[in-house]
Amino acid sequence: MSGKLRVATTSLAGCFGCHMSFLDIDERLLTLLEVVEFDRSPITDIKEVGQCDLGIIEGGVCNAENVHVLREFRKHCKTLVAMGACAVNGGLPAQRNHLDLRDILEEVYHTELGLAHGGIPNDPELPLPLNKVHPIHEVVKVDYFLPGCPPPADAIWKFLTDLVAGRTPHLAHGLLHYD
Amino acid sequence: MSETQTFSLDGEDVPFAPGQTVMQAAQAAGRWIPHLCWHPDFEAHGSCKLCTVRANGRLVAACTVAAQPGMAVENRTPDLDGRRQTLLQMLFVEGNHFCPSCEKSGNCLLQATAYEMGMMTPHFDMFYPDRPVDASHPETLLDFNRCILCALCVRASRDADGKNVFALSGRGIRSHLIVNHESGRLADTDFAATDRAANICPVGVILPKRRGFAVPIGRRKYDPAPASVVDVVPVKHEEEAR
Amino acid sequence: MPSTLLNPILERHRRDGTRLMQILRETQETLGWLPPEVITAIAAAVGWPRARVQATAEFYSFFHTRPMGRYRILWSDNITDRMLGSTELMQSMCRKLWLEPGRVSEDGLVSVDTTSCTGMGDQGPALLVNYRAVTRMTPQRVDEIVELVRAGTPVLGWPEEYFQVEDNIRRSDVLLGHGLTPGAALAAALERGAPAMLDEVKAAGLRGRGGAGFPTGQKWAACRGAEADVRYVVCNADEGEPGTFKDRVLLTSHADLVFEGMTIAGLAVGASLGLLYLRGEYRHLLEPLETVLARRRAQKLLGAGILGRDFAFDIEIHLGAGAYICGEESALIESLEGKPGRPRIRPPFPVTHGYLGRPTTVNNVETLAAACLVAKHGGAWYAALGTRKSAGTKLLSVSGDCTRPGIYEYPFGVTVAQVLADCGAHEPLAVQVSGPSGVCLADHEFGRRIAFEDVPSAGAFMVFDHSRDLFETARNFAHFFAHESCGFCTPCRVGTALVARLMDKVAAGHGSPYDLEELFKLHRLMQGTSHCGLGNTACNPVFDTLEKFRPAYERRIKSLAFEPAFDLDAALSQARQMTGRDDAAAHLSNVA
Repeated sequence: MSGKLRVATTSLAGCFGCHMSFLDIDERLLTLLEVVEFDRSPITDIKEVGQCDLGIIEGGVCNAENVHVLREFRKHCKTLVAMGACAVNGGLPAQRNHLDLRDILEEVYHTELGLAHGGIPNDPELPLPLNKVHPIHEVVKVDYFLPGCPPPADAIWKFLTDLVAGRTPHLAHGLLHYD
Repeated sequence: MSETQTFSLDGEDVPFAPGQTVMQAAQAAGRWIPHLCWHPDFEAHGSCKLCTVRANGRLVAACTVAAQPGMAVENRTPDLDGRRQTLLQMLFVEGNHFCPSCEKSGNCLLQATAYEMGMMTPHFDMFYPDRPVDASHPETLLDFNRCILCALCVRASRDADGKNVFALSGRGIRSHLIVNHESGRLADTDFAATDRAANICPVGVILPKRRGFAVPIGRRKYDPAPASVVDVVPVKHEEEAR
Repeated sequence: MPSTLLNPILERHRRDGTRLMQILRETQETLGWLPPEVITAIAAAVGWPRARVQATAEFYSFFHTRPMGRYRILWSDNITDRMLGSTELMQSMCRKLWLEPGRVSEDGLVSVDTTSCTGMGDQGPALLVNYRAVTRMTPQRVDEIVELVRAGTPVLGWPEEYFQVEDNIRRSDVLLGHGLTPGAALAAALERGAPAMLDEVKAAGLRGRGGAGFPTGQKWAACRGAEADVRYVVCNADEGEPGTFKDRVLLTSHADLVFEGMTIAGLAVGASLGLLYLRGEYRHLLEPLETVLARRRAQKLLGAGILGRDFAFDIEIHLGAGAYICGEESALIESLEGKPGRPRIRPPFPVTHGYLGRPTTVNNVETLAAACLVAKHGGAWYAALGTRKSAGTKLLSVSGDCTRPGIYEYPFGVTVAQVLADCGAHEPLAVQVSGPSGVCLADHEFGRRIAFEDVPSAGAFMVFDHSRDLFETARNFAHFFAHESCGFCTPCRVGTALVARLMDKVAAGHGSPYDLEELFKLHRLMQGTSHCGLGNTACNPVFDTLEKFRPAYERRIKSLAFEPAFDLDAALSQARQMTGRDDAAAHLSNVA
């Protein structure tokens, strides 16, 4: 054991904007790497999440694959963090929730010009969309929430340094925002 | 003049005039009690319950309870702020509050109060109600997704504009804002963008069209300082500013 | 809208907006529903903003702003109706009518749905057809009604026995056995004079029978003492607490006593108008009560110069329209004024600022009836009955698992065990006293007494035997409160909805200890921050049963770990339907 905190990150129904903001901590990433090591994450290209101290989830839950990945993270991570608006309250993907999924698929794949000949994709390789998009706390127990669209790099830095130091994360005015 | 009477708010004396509510006296003294449906220009509504304080041990709404001499009022205690956070979470799951797409973001009292209470998550399962917007009016948009039923527009239209453009209808969780016309369209009412009601919404329901995101992030109402600072202008300063 | 239909209604109510509830009800009785253009016309006639009329029309369960069918059938959905099989009967009715609950049939003929307790707990399962009470439903009666609906037989032509409502008085005491002829108590009150009458009520120790137990004498004195030109007496007959039906019996068989109590209250507080607010579920009592009023006017017991004295008083009946919250006195007054029944900010209280802003005493049906006994026999006589802090007798509406459901009158202080023995309760597991907002007692508490100082009660007494599942009782009550929350304040509006959802989650087998903790948390928030008693007591049944019948909850907890409230596999149903897929990857289990 390296004595470092093992951290995994992933994006479900998100835009990777939160991950981009994470990278915006810039050179502080090096400081962070002195105390953490990354498991599954876009940074490492590890495909399956292993035993971790901390899991960070970007994005909401919009399809069956999201459910599987989220559950794997919950199973393997002692602490789970919802990062960004989509993970926290559904965010942009959840803006479809007032519509019936069948109408959406019908509109996109049958009615709308351009994709008219494709039909609704039914390849078993493709994850099926859920009737509604859910924030991750509706599917698994979540320990911490870091809102923002995306959360600013300084908020992510503060949040992570708090967690690493064993403090309950606290964001002062200006760092906590929902937009 | 009679001697000024006082009550204590979190241990500090607050003077009040007879007939003032705890909220009015606190506001006049430059003290912040969280609130959403209360506005100094209109009669108290008492529905959001964000201003719940403990007065002489009893939970009461600060906007409706009369200040009494010697009253001991607790306001920003962990217990009360915890209750407030839960009330805010209730409002956030009840409607569709997608801040990134809302023009009111940064100027929104609901959002600013939630920041102040340290709300990191809506916590409960989302309701995701279906609430179509009303874009019928040439100058003003109604986005009911964000309505918190504070009735400030109802009061402003009735008491300041003399119009009764808005009303709260329905019951329970199906309570909703309606406009005063058989068509249900704002454009068919006597609403004007210059009405007081057009500029009273604490959240992003009643919005001027074609003026979205005009103020950059960083310069919006609650960007420089939290609601507890921005929304408390001691009376003296306000008079000087006029 | 033909104005020939609307005009007589508007004229009858003097185009007065404060009569809006009655205008809307009578219009709907004529048209079947309240079309948008009719709401516009009514608003114009009464001179109110249209939105305000719409707000009233959309607040009450019994008004509809879209057509609900020529036959509107509403099954009483109290837990006692369910214990008598209402759920299965309703399902069978829907099946036979090819209907989904809540939906109107495609031909616009009929809709079937549930409604809050209709006050027939001793003779359920009950329903309302076009707002007329039907009792003792059976499978056979379901079949008959289905045939009558299909044949288009007008409700007036349905068999009379459907609409028969029994009193079921099982035990009488001084109130039900009053033996007073109409006018006897009033004559005694007039003889005493107003101030002395007030003193007698105070001396009697009479306390409000709606449950809160506020001293009646004090209320009347405050109303009388309030500076005003006009005062009002309001009789609260919005008997909405599930499991309560004693006011229905008083109004059915002792209406003179109630009206006389109102008249005595009028004398005591200095009012010349009394308003009886009758819950919409008791629509069938309207005409009989009007007949009693007409007779009393003819007998000089109402009107000008009552019993030859310089005292004038009259009574109007207002019908509610399906809103439990109107049992709260300030919400009731809002409703009397034609508005949605949302409780007012208090203070000021109705005794100083009530109906139309004037001092108003709002009293329960039973309280006013009891006032007649005080008038006739004196305060000291009355105070000697019951206990020291709870004078007099109490009517209990007994229902549930017992052989003799009905009305029981006892002196205050009777033990729960005594009532259980008298009503023939076999192996009772629990008693819900005073309805969902009251208290759930377990067997170790059956020695407690019905009295303001021990177990206060508005009158409901629902018995549950050992075969019953008290989780389902609490869930039924949670949905009741969610349905009846007026929606004014945040904690009650959203909190009651959250509690109902959590109870459904646990019922569906998705609950974890985490969800039980959530229920406690909501209870702690709603109690104290809510605007009125509804929100403050809405979690009582959940809290009581979690405390006293926790295994009923734990039995449903399948996992110690958090589970989603929704069924994940069902959440893929629409995508499966659209893609035609049914492979393993097209399914999810709810457990990780």
